[in-house]
Order: sequence, then structure tokens, then C-alpha cells
Amino acid sequence: MSGSITVAASSPEAARSLGRPRPRSAPWADLACHGLLASLAALVLAVAILILFETARGAAPSISAFGFHFLGSTEWDPVADRYGALPYLYGTIVSSALALTLALPLGIGTAVFLAELAPPRLGEAVAFLVELLAAIPSIVYGIWGVFVLAPWLRSALEPWLVAHLGFLPLFRGFPFGIGMLNAGIVLAVMVSPTIISLSRQILLALPGSLREAALAMGATRAEAIGVMLDAARPGLLGASILGLGRALGETMAVTLVIGNTNRISASLLAPGATMASVIANEFTEATGKLYLSALTEIALVLFALTVIVNALARLLVRGATGARRDIAGAA
Amino acid sequence: MNTRLIRRMIGAAALVALAAAPASAQNLTGAGATFPYPLYSKWFDVYHEKTGIQINYQSIGSGGGIQQVKAGTVDFGASDAALSNDRLKEMPRRVLHFPTVAGAVAMAYNLQGFTGTLKLTPDLISGIYMGTITVWNDPKIAAANPGVTMPPAPILPIHRSDGSGTTNIFTTYLSLVSSKWKELVGANTAVSWPAGIGGKGNEGVAGLVRQSPGAIGYVELAYAKQNQLPVALVQNKAGKFVEPSLASTTAAVAAAADALTKDVRAPIANAAAPEAYPICGLTYLLVYQDQKDPARARALANFIDWAIHDGQALAESLDYARLPESVVKVNEASLKKLTAGGKPLMAAK
Repeated sequence: MSGSITVAASSPEAARSLGRPRPRSAPWADLACHGLLASLAALVLAVAILILFETARGAAPSISAFGFHFLGSTEWDPVADRYGALPYLYGTIVSSALALTLALPLGIGTAVFLAELAPPRLGEAVAFLVELLAAIPSIVYGIWGVFVLAPWLRSALEPWLVAHLGFLPLFRGFPFGIGMLNAGIVLAVMVSPTIISLSRQILLALPGSLREAALAMGATRAEAIGVMLDAARPGLLGASILGLGRALGETMAVTLVIGNTNRISASLLAPGATMASVIANEFTEATGKLYLSALTEIALVLFALTVIVNALARLLVRGATGARRDIAGAA
Repeated sequence: MNTRLIRRMIGAAALVALAAAPASAQNLTGAGATFPYPLYSKWFDVYHEKTGIQINYQSIGSGGGIQQVKAGTVDFGASDAALSNDRLKEMPRRVLHFPTVAGAVAMAYNLQGFTGTLKLTPDLISGIYMGTITVWNDPKIAAANPGVTMPPAPILPIHRSDGSGTTNIFTTYLSLVSSKWKELVGANTAVSWPAGIGGKGNEGVAGLVRQSPGAIGYVELAYAKQNQLPVALVQNKAGKFVEPSLASTTAAVAAAADALTKDVRAPIANAAAPEAYPICGLTYLLVYQDQKDPARARALANFIDWAIHDGQALAESLDYARLPESVVKVNEASLKKLTAGGKPLMAAK
């Protein structure tokens, strides 16, 4: 359920192919082609609606048993058959927010370097490698989180955080190495390629005259980059929301590193759980009817959260600019 | 989450397709528990070679297996936990349980600089997982381990994050030995843990134990053996500290034979015999007592008959504890109860 805003809708390729002279064909072929494509599009829509319908139907017993209390309760007790989604809702939002906080400066900084400062050849090569990172299966990131990141967090970073920033509730507790911080870092590494790759393409798609005009006005290089970033803002926003969408729905890697407890803790060092991870963990062996239904309702809540995030992203991107929509769409 | 759902949908569709295929006695279908899957797939292979009967088994988890039995899309289900009375009532017809093998749960630990073998009592295990015993040099731990010095390190209890038969065995045991645990937490394939952190699967728990100093976790015996994890001796009801092994697990099943004869779903954990390892449980096949198709039913009964006799010889090489003779007899009695359209199946035997 990764977020999927269709930023590729009006890509340059699509525009070019429209301008190409069309081959002569019989009208029935046009009609058949139109019908085929329309039914394919309808099929995609039907699948989405079917998923929503089936999820809602599966969640119905849980919805009628717990109502809105489901969203506010921290209890998740399969033995007593009482369920509440709050710890998972909290874990999903905090881990994704943490990931975005870490990934945004890294992602946009890298993209600016690749698009504006690096020699074009180097930029191409690094961008290629970054895109490869996006193709690594999430289980591999998870195993890296458990076996490489966790020992380092436990022995180096977390003790340091406790010693120097322990006055903040964020960094209190025992350094396990496994927990919200680990999940946030792993997610940040996972969403960075998406953010870097999209932001770089957005920056490259900006008209060069923008930069030249800024420089001609006597702007320094840094100021010119500021102008470019300002022009690209809606697109960059779209890129980060796409990254956020991936973080919200990520399952496997998070399940391995977050510690999987349904306790809410202010500390980033403490273990937690996300909506996707609890479904992955408990779905196969969930034997009770209400238990299964509560897990399905979690899926429904996750679905709703993804829809809200995507809708918000569209509003932001659209609201940020009318005239610059072509720039945002260029990604 | 999407791919998972889709995979399950495909799995369910495949099951439906299999069940809808022309009913042939040469083809049986089953679904359920993942814990006994390595043994079951070996059984199905050997049995296919021997008799030509093919058994398709989907290891989709006990929950899925029970659902499939309820929907009538499989010939048998498999579950690591026996069905409760309430769940049995939800079934459209009477369901019989056939225990196939026993599994034990071992307590693996990571104590740096500690060379002996850790000894644990039931109170210590429940205290650690309740979060009331939090350091290794707690006087209660020292009392159970005389003559060794424990490090002053904090204890990190690790549990399974995924729903599993292993958790069911472990929490059933804790509910038997601690009334406080029974009251506050209870037993299930997943519970609301009062303390500790969760790892996914045996490998997840073992991975966290191996790399976290001060950690303790519970894993399947087979997994602990194959990965040579240090495991604790656990004090049984007779007061003896027993090492988890296939023999001490089979001994625990044998000690529960009387209870199993009365109700095959009786828990076998915390057995009274001096050589019995206390944290263990059985895994079951779930079969409708009255079958619809006599030919398929006979094939199924023959397979179960083979699995509880000849099949047992294959169990130990795959690190499952075999059934003692007394429990094989319980299964034989259940087999005689199987009918097809009201007529007994195994009368000739």
C-alpha cells in the first residue's frame, strides 16, 4: 500500500509521442483500441474498489464491536479478544515522520549536488547507483538493520544520545539497538533513493534560464540554487510525500527492527510497532473471528491513512502553484 | 501489506481450485500450521512414493488451516493449538483432533562471560517475562544457580512478534505454572506481552538473543539444536532441572497419556514425570468425524494411520519428538470413530 501519486502522468515522452504523426488505420481499430485501454483502466479502478469493499466487509465485526474506541484504545489482547489500534497508528506515524526528517535533508541535498554542482557524467553515474538502491528488497534492509545497524546503535549512538541528550524524553531508556530509532533510520535509507531520484529529475527539468537569470542578476551560486529550489518546491513536496507513502506502508524491514511491542513510549529508543508490522506478524496465526476482523480493520485504517496522505499531497502540490504545475508534473 | 493480501488470495484461490478438482482418491488436500511443515512435506513425499497418493498441503498458518476446515475446502486442517470448546461449536460438524508429533520450546540466552549452564525455575521464567525480575544478579536467579556468579546486567526478554504455535506452547506453560500469568496475560498464539521486545520467527528471536548481551528468548527446540544456541535447563514439576531434548519431550507426552485418553486436547506442559521437559505441546491434524466421500475418507484415514505408526520413525531425524505408544493408541481409537455418510471406515482393521 505504498503511496502512489501519479506524477509521471505528463512525462516528456508522453508529450513527444502525442506530436508524432499517427499511422493510418481503420476506424474500428481505433475503437477497439480505445475500448481495450478503457477497460484496462476500469479494471485497475475495480480492483481498488474491490479491495476497499472486501477490507471494509472483513472489518465490519470489529467496527461494530469497538466503534471509534478502536482508534483510541491501547489495548491489544488476543486472549481477552479486546483490540485497539492506537499504538500501531502512533508507531506508523512516528516511524514515518522520523524517516522523513532524516531522509529529506539527505535526499534534497544529494539531489541538488547531483543536478546543479556535480559534473554531468558523475551525476548520471551516482543517480544510476542511487536508483539501484531502490531495487533492493526490503527484507535485505531489515536484515541490515538487525545485524549491522542495531549493534552500532546499541554500543555507540544510543549510549551517546542517552549521555548527552538524555534530558529530553526522546532519548531516555535502555539502549536496545532495536526500536523506533532503528526503524526510522532503516526507513530513511529506504525512502532516500525515491526522494533523491525524483528531486534530481525535477531540478533537471527546470528551465536553465532560471539559473542564468539569477546569476545574471548578480546572485551567488548558493542564491541561484535557492531560486531553483523555490521554483521546484511543489515537485519536491510531491517527491517527499511519495517517500512518506513508502515509509507508511513498509512492512518487512520495519517488522524486523522495530521491536514489536504495543506500548506507546515517548522515547525513540523504546520498541514499538506499526500497522503494517502487526498485520504481517499476526495475520497467519490469528484464529478468532474478532481477532482476524480487528487486523482487517487495521488494514482499513492504514488504507485510509494512505488515502489521506496522498490527497493531502495532491492538494499541497496543486495549491503551491498553478503556473508551475508543469514543473511538478515533469517528475 | 498489499502483496501479502494478494498472496493469500492467490493461495485461497489455489485451494478452492484444488478442492473443486474432480474428487479423486489419489489426491488429498490439507492446510494449516507451519511448525510441522518440514516433517509433513517429508511424510507426503514418502507416502506418495509408497502408495501413489498425492497430498497437497498449504502451510498458511494454523488460523488459515482452521478457516479452511470450517469452509470445507480441505480434507484436513493442521493446527499447533487444539480448538477450544467455543471454536469447536462454531464448526459445522464434529471435528476430531489427531496429535501427530510433539514440539518443545527451549530457553536460549546470551550471557557474556558465563560458562556454566543456566538453570531456570518456573517462577523465574514467568518473573522475567512479567518484567518483575529485571537483572541477572537477582537473588532469585542466584538461588537457582548456586556456586556461579551472575553478571549485574539487565535482562532483555525476547518473545515472538508473529502469532505462532511456539508462543502458544510457551504461554500455555506459563499459565499452568503461574496463576498471576494466567490471570493477567493468558495463553494464545499471540498475547499482550507485559515486557520485552518481539522478534519475527524463530530466526528473529534467535538473532536478537545472539546479538543482545543479557537477552533471553524462547525458540523451537529444533531451531535451537540446529543452530547450537546455549539453552537453559528448566525445573519440572518433579523438581528436577531437565535439558530440552526429543527424549525428554516424548517423556512429557507419555506422562500426559491418561489426560490425553480422556481428552486429546489436554495440555501436556508441566508434566509430573521426573525426566519430562516441562515446556512442550502437541501439533494436531483436524478432521471431520463424518466424511462425505467414502473413497477420499478412506485414503485420508489410511494416511493418518500410516503417519502415527510408520511415519513416526521419520520424526526424530527432523528434530520432532515422536508420540509415545500410549498416545498412538489414543489416535487409533479416534481413527475408529471416523465415518463416511454415517458408516464406519476402519471396521475392517
